[in-house]
Amino acid sequence: MQVTVSINDQEYTRDVEPRMLLVHFLRDELGLTGTHWGCDTSNCGTCVVLMDGEPVKSCTLLAATAAGHEIKTVEGLEVDGVLDPVQQGFTEMHGLQCGFCTPGMMLTARALLDRNPNPTEEEIREAISGQICRCTGYATIVRSVRWAAEHPAAPAPSSEEVTA
Amino acid sequence: MATTEERPIGFGRMKRKEDARFIRGQGNYVDDVQLPGMLHGAILRSPVAHARIVSIDTSAALQHPKVHAVITGKDLEGLNLAWMPTLSYDTQAVLATDKVRFQGQEVAFVIADDRYSARDALELIDVEYDTLPAVVNARKALDADAPVIRDDKENQTDNHIFDWESGDRAATDEVFARADVVVEQDMLYPRSHPAPMETCGAVADMDKVSGKLTLWCTTQAPHAHRTVYALVAGLPEHKIRVISPDIGGGFGNKVPVYPGYVCAVVGSIVTGKPVKWMEDRSENLMSTGFARDYVMKGGIAATREGKITGIRVDVIADHGAFNATAQPTKYPAGFFHVFTGSYDIEAAHCKVTGVYTNKAPGGVAYACSFRVTEAVYLVERMVDCLADELGIDPAELRLRNLLRPDQFPYECKTGWVYDSGDYERTLRKAMEIIGYEQLRREQAELRGRGELMGIGVGFFTEAVGAGPRKHMDILGLGMNDGAELRIHPTGKAQLSLSVQTQGQGHETTFAQIVAEELGIPPEDIDVVHGDTDTTPYGLGTYGSRSTPVSGAATALAARKARDKARIVASAMLEVAPDDLEWEKGRWFVKGDPEKGATIQEIAMAAHGVIELPAGVEGGLDAETVYDPPNLTFPFGAYICVVDVDPDTAKVKVRRFVAVDDCGTRINPMIIEGQVHGGLTDGVGMALMELIAFDEDGNCLGGSLMDYLIPTALECPDWETDHTVTPSPHHPIGAKGIGESATVGSPPTIVNAIVDALKPYGVRHIDMPCTPSRVWDAMQGKAAPPQ
Repeated sequence: MQVTVSINDQEYTRDVEPRMLLVHFLRDELGLTGTHWGCDTSNCGTCVVLMDGEPVKSCTLLAATAAGHEIKTVEGLEVDGVLDPVQQGFTEMHGLQCGFCTPGMMLTARALLDRNPNPTEEEIREAISGQICRCTGYATIVRSVRWAAEHPAAPAPSSEEVTA
Repeated sequence: MATTEERPIGFGRMKRKEDARFIRGQGNYVDDVQLPGMLHGAILRSPVAHARIVSIDTSAALQHPKVHAVITGKDLEGLNLAWMPTLSYDTQAVLATDKVRFQGQEVAFVIADDRYSARDALELIDVEYDTLPAVVNARKALDADAPVIRDDKENQTDNHIFDWESGDRAATDEVFARADVVVEQDMLYPRSHPAPMETCGAVADMDKVSGKLTLWCTTQAPHAHRTVYALVAGLPEHKIRVISPDIGGGFGNKVPVYPGYVCAVVGSIVTGKPVKWMEDRSENLMSTGFARDYVMKGGIAATREGKITGIRVDVIADHGAFNATAQPTKYPAGFFHVFTGSYDIEAAHCKVTGVYTNKAPGGVAYACSFRVTEAVYLVERMVDCLADELGIDPAELRLRNLLRPDQFPYECKTGWVYDSGDYERTLRKAMEIIGYEQLRREQAELRGRGELMGIGVGFFTEAVGAGPRKHMDILGLGMNDGAELRIHPTGKAQLSLSVQTQGQGHETTFAQIVAEELGIPPEDIDVVHGDTDTTPYGLGTYGSRSTPVSGAATALAARKARDKARIVASAMLEVAPDDLEWEKGRWFVKGDPEKGATIQEIAMAAHGVIELPAGVEGGLDAETVYDPPNLTFPFGAYICVVDVDPDTAKVKVRRFVAVDDCGTRINPMIIEGQVHGGLTDGVGMALMELIAFDEDGNCLGGSLMDYLIPTALECPDWETDHTVTPSPHHPIGAKGIGESATVGSPPTIVNAIVDALKPYGVRHIDMPCTPSRVWDAMQGKAAPPQ
């Protein structure tokens, strides 16, 4: 079947099997491999993307279901060469190690800050509680999101530029 | 040359160089590899734990329009690949031929156009099994009537793998016989799983023209894997390139060679196309390297005043259906014999018996430092049991027995030579940070009101950085690592490493080591790793060995370059090399500090036209292979506060203070991150994580709905601090930190829970301390998990 999905403000049309999961649509059909796959059972959250601004697990959503919705992936966080404060926060506060859960964590953080610009530690922990990180122990992720909350506009230039 | 906290030229807090790609979703993990014409593989697995294979019918699967090939054990037999050697000199079935020996074992491999079709075709394969009774309980594996699992092996008439001993049994028995107090305790370190967020997988691409195999693979040891493939498949080693790209967490899960990797390679040879195989989460949990599964009978002897005199333990080690643990050859129980811990003990003895069961193979994984986790758990639980028996505060009992600084280097009763330590300082620091005395007062008050609060103390010493080649090898490969440093004419550098990062931040910390030695800013140093074609040989990243071994190799290569730079500088400045003095980043003339040359200027001159002394080659490049003279011995003091709900038996970790000593600290931010991760593992193991089986050998922990991993809600805001006791034999004094917290935290948390339950007369609970298991303990019905 033909599916058209809007991803990071761009429309993509592909002919796919009706059963194709959104995560595989993103990764295999579009090459947007920043969204990861980790468990099949909606437990790990490495596949989290935003659908109309809300975090969803793209391993339990059909690509066809996403048609007509706005999907945002990690690739859409940086705009015109300017990092999202969440991205900056994760590197400032060491919110990542292996990087596998990071895209999903950052997108959930973005959604949280959009509805609650100044979340408490408890609110951040609650927001990311559907996602698993095996490396960080979460404290630095909490600090990363707090950093983003405290630097909401264009992030201040850091002492070491993070460049591609 | 100014060094600031945020931008050090050398050691200090510095943001990670590798973050730039990860925060943009631009990491390159194995499943991100897409090659033209690539096919996808999937594995059919055994639904039962133990059965004879009567027949396998693949005809319907082969009819599937998108299927290219179906490979079975019979096909592999023709290639002499049905079985492969394990890292413990055993054999493991790649695809089962005679029997299946655990639920989830590999039976057939389907190659299709896409991952969905490959999975569809698995449903079309018809396997007839003749089910056999399963051996599930390791305690019963050696019973006379236990079915023999490995009847494929000549002369194997039971499920026994090995017996291994360390220490002095007679001396230990004598100490126990005359001891004032002896405490015995059975305990289980249950089976858990590292479960990295990225599962295991590979992309194999055999180029038929050149005969070269390129294998992108989730491996923590790309070079060792290359050699194993050369030995297993008979491929010439120079025609194998193993690429370990970005790895989404390893924790020991990605050390072994798995059947799926071999199948991908065979699949590419058979089809002539690249083949990708990625396991799903259930496959990861059910078939790849698990951790622990040690059934332990411990004993500790002491004087009435609390001087520990002896410790002993008998272990049944459940290795699953194939002995596939990865550890130095000489040590079938890994470094478990470091179980005398951090204490000055008169006599010690351990005996470990390895057995086969109808469970997945593995055992050495999950940040265990080659079984130091099990050792530290045993000794730290035993010390708490002794404290309970003697009525001495557990912190006080430890203070009475910790090794003193003047005892180092200290040879323990099982032969390890601990390099350095100042244990009391570290424990006292942890007690001060958490407010130990105040907490004890609070606990007494709460107990008076029927509330259950526990304070757990733990102290650990690790043995990491394997290791000296005269003692340590894997499959005959000495556990050394190489480093190659190239210094370009403009003074920028490239460092190639044999070890591989799975999140540890090597691209940053190893650049910092070079920066510290040469004064080249870390951002001017590119760290290359994870590709056997472009990096020097070495055994890889596990057992906290990267900094102790490769970090040393890096520092020594940089020092070679520095020595060479001195000769070049002497030619530039027209003085004798002995007249030059080093300050970070430049050689200058003694007594005339204005006259000197920076490392960048020297690099250009080294590549330039300046005349060098006879016999001195141009350039500053240097390489080294490091053979450590000893292991390093990081240590730490951990204290944990838990609250147990008396009505629901739910445990909440309220506070956790970790004071670690990993010697010289390269990047404190990364160290803290490593500690946080390990503490979270501890919460998982102590409270949640369990790979259980039913009596038929069905795995009950085969998904993340059943195998529970801590989320942000189960973890407190970790409190970390440190002391610094450098390793005297390591070039920069660093000891390694990657697994310290995973080793130290589980007994600390269990000690806290048992402490909370003191009013119930509980002396021990086996992990995981789930509400139901804690509740049973409160009712006096504690039993080990199955």
